[in-house]
Amino acid sequence: MSEIWRRFAKHRLAVIGLAVILGLGAVALGARRIAPHDPIRQDLPHALARPSAEFPLGTDEFGRCILSRILFGARLSLLVGVIATAIGATTGILLGLCAGYFPRADAPVMRCMDVLLAFPSILLAIAVVAALGPSLGNVMIAVGVRSVPSFARVTRSMVLSLKGLEFVQGASALGASHARVLFRHILPNSVSPLLVFSSMQVATAILLAAILSFLGLGVQPPTPEWGKMVSDGRAYLMEAPHVSLFPGLAIFVAVMGFNCLGDGLRDALDPRVGRVAVE
Amino acid sequence: MAGEILTRFPATLELTTVSMVMAVLIGIPLGLIAAVRRSSWVDYLAMGASLSTLSMPIFWVAIVAIWLFSLQLGWLPVSGRAGPVWHWEGLRHILLPAATLATTSVAIISRLTRSGMLDVLGREYVTTARAKGVPPAGVVGKHALTNALIPVVTVVGLQYGFLLGGAVVTETIFAWPGVGRLAMTAILQRDYPVVQGCVLLVAVVFVLVNLLVDLLYGWLDPRIRYE
Repeated sequence: MSEIWRRFAKHRLAVIGLAVILGLGAVALGARRIAPHDPIRQDLPHALARPSAEFPLGTDEFGRCILSRILFGARLSLLVGVIATAIGATTGILLGLCAGYFPRADAPVMRCMDVLLAFPSILLAIAVVAALGPSLGNVMIAVGVRSVPSFARVTRSMVLSLKGLEFVQGASALGASHARVLFRHILPNSVSPLLVFSSMQVATAILLAAILSFLGLGVQPPTPEWGKMVSDGRAYLMEAPHVSLFPGLAIFVAVMGFNCLGDGLRDALDPRVGRVAVE
Repeated sequence: MAGEILTRFPATLELTTVSMVMAVLIGIPLGLIAAVRRSSWVDYLAMGASLSTLSMPIFWVAIVAIWLFSLQLGWLPVSGRAGPVWHWEGLRHILLPAATLATTSVAIISRLTRSGMLDVLGREYVTTARAKGVPPAGVVGKHALTNALIPVVTVVGLQYGFLLGGAVVTETIFAWPGVGRLAMTAILQRDYPVVQGCVLLVAVVFVLVNLLVDLLYGWLDPRIRYE
């Protein structure tokens, strides 16, 4: 464990990524305390104000403080990113375990996954939301569905490489049930690649969720959401570019945090990969 | 219906092709320089930029580009398509959406080129070539680059096939009359025949591009043969 931590800590970008994520988490939890203004109450006399002492990042077209909205938006983005990935991971890992372990399940499961992969991920997510209706829960499902095939593939390849090893065969020979072999012997040994993959997937999930709300398919107003805020600011790009620019920057910081964390975890958990110059 | 998709396809084909050409012309030299000058400021700058680009939401890149180049500087039009790319107006209209679409590909291509080059530059045949007295440009350009490019070709092909299915977000923001926007409006209006048509088109194009990529391998690396 300490060896893993040492390798992780040597990776400067990864530590920054972890710090960014922890910071965002703290901001999301304490949004009510630190936000200078109410994120939803309208204040029309101050509409489209430039950044100032009272409104550090300016205001939007309804006079709402952008900083406060970004702080509250952190809750939603992190929540969607993490829960969508959890949905995708649980489904994908279960399917991948079955496909890798039971030869009869392999072809049917993996061909279904190939079908899902054939759709461009954005169109697939749009289709899911369009079918279920725009809401926070449906965005999580839509974004989660997209990552199911990738999780299934990663898990299946892990199962295939572990299945032939002595300790797994030994467990089966001693009479362990299929479930016991899968969940006590194979799954724990596949944790590190899955962990690395998950943290990268959270980054993608946040991006995709932001795209959905940008297109008007995500959380409905007046709830503050980063992608929606960028989209709302488009109409005022000429006179008040800050309305679009700052929320986009927030998305960028969050996604970058998870990407850096993933890179760091990969180097820390997988000693086979040597440390690369910058990454 | 088929007519509608087919009239939209040239616009998507044009946008994707211009953006992939941009991505290759910028991404490969960038990765090459980063690999040759490893651990220098050029390397850190190039790799830092590509990691950042991969973390940016594309709609935000598009909006920043519109704000900067159209609204502030007034160089390029905000949106729309004005004829084919070989006309001056058409070229002006395609630059922003194509560049926006290219950002992700540039990042992926430059990272791959860099890691491929670093791998190849350490091989023995490169040392041999150097020892024989092949000039540095020849070693990098001929011996190393052609071998490092194979994974890059795969990704360029995949990315090209993927984008031909319609760059939904970019086409929506820049009001580009392509397949991506058509597919999105069709899904939202529950126009199922059009959705099916678009998905079929995406699948066919994807398979064709992958076939071309496979054939290209043989040309890049004569050891790969198809019986």
